Amino acid sequence: MTHLGYLIAGWGLSSLVISIYAVRLLKRGARLSARVPAQNARWMSSPKQDGG
Amino acid sequence: MTVPITTASKGSKILGITSIIGFAVLILLAFFVTDPDIRFHPETGEEFGQFDAVRLLYLHVPMAIVTYLAFVICAIASAGYLIKRTFWWDSMAHAAGEVGTLTCALVLITGSIWGRPVWNTWWEWGDVRLMSTLILFLLFLGYLALRGAFVSPQRAARPAAIVALIAVLDIPLINRSVEWWENRTLHQKSTLSELKIEDLTLFTLMLGILVSVLVMSWLILHRFRVAWLEHMEFEQGVKSAIEERRHIDNKEQ
Repeated sequence: MTHLGYLIAGWGLSSLVISIYAVRLLKRGARLSARVPAQNARWMSSPKQDGG
Repeated sequence: MTVPITTASKGSKILGITSIIGFAVLILLAFFVTDPDIRFHPETGEEFGQFDAVRLLYLHVPMAIVTYLAFVICAIASAGYLIKRTFWWDSMAHAAGEVGTLTCALVLITGSIWGRPVWNTWWEWGDVRLMSTLILFLLFLGYLALRGAFVSPQRAARPAAIVALIAVLDIPLINRSVEWWENRTLHQKSTLSELKIEDLTLFTLMLGILVSVLVMSWLILHRFRVAWLEHMEFEQGVKSAIEERRHIDNKEQ
């Protein structure tokens, strides 16, 4: 395979950056979810649970 | 009942798993199934083309498309905010703007990495598409900086929405630049819209676009929820500060 270094750099860097961003989002979300009451985060409860 | 402490929901988990599977299939097709771009000169018979560097385009082109998409979502949500003035629209604009800026940076980087073996240069300052994409990135970087400059998210919302609506006007310019200034760009005209590619190459590129849209949707969804929670926390803080102040005032009286 030609240009292997370029391929690894392009695909590797993109995958790494997006993965790091996704993990940071999840961690930030988890930290905030613990501080904010569950009724303020609609996705946390199903319609059955919140009576709607 | 225990409430899961996360921004994930059943829908976002399905979206995330589908994105990961799709990405794995994309890598398989892009690296091991599709052919490298090798052509032969009709007279000399000499080999030319992009060779294996073409495999970078299965990532670069879809990412460019989702960057446009994310910024268009940001502009629509910004317009929605200016009309409705609700936090939902502002959060959506913020989420799409941030994700779009990230993918725009990756578009510039992967384009540069692809350009080195194919064009023999990392960057070309005179190329209108490169420069207009760089301007788009800088405009949205400014958009995010503006949002960060305000303590209260509500105060940042209106000026940020106006900046987003102006910045998004660069997208048609980027898109048409290869036709309007065809002598001032190394980029070729769209191979996708004119369907100059076919079969497995086209399928892999389409899969790349689909996977990129799924990944972008997952990121925007979670970023939106983080922005929502930040807003709730800010409101909570304001409420408790007011209550505390009232309590002190009552004591003093």
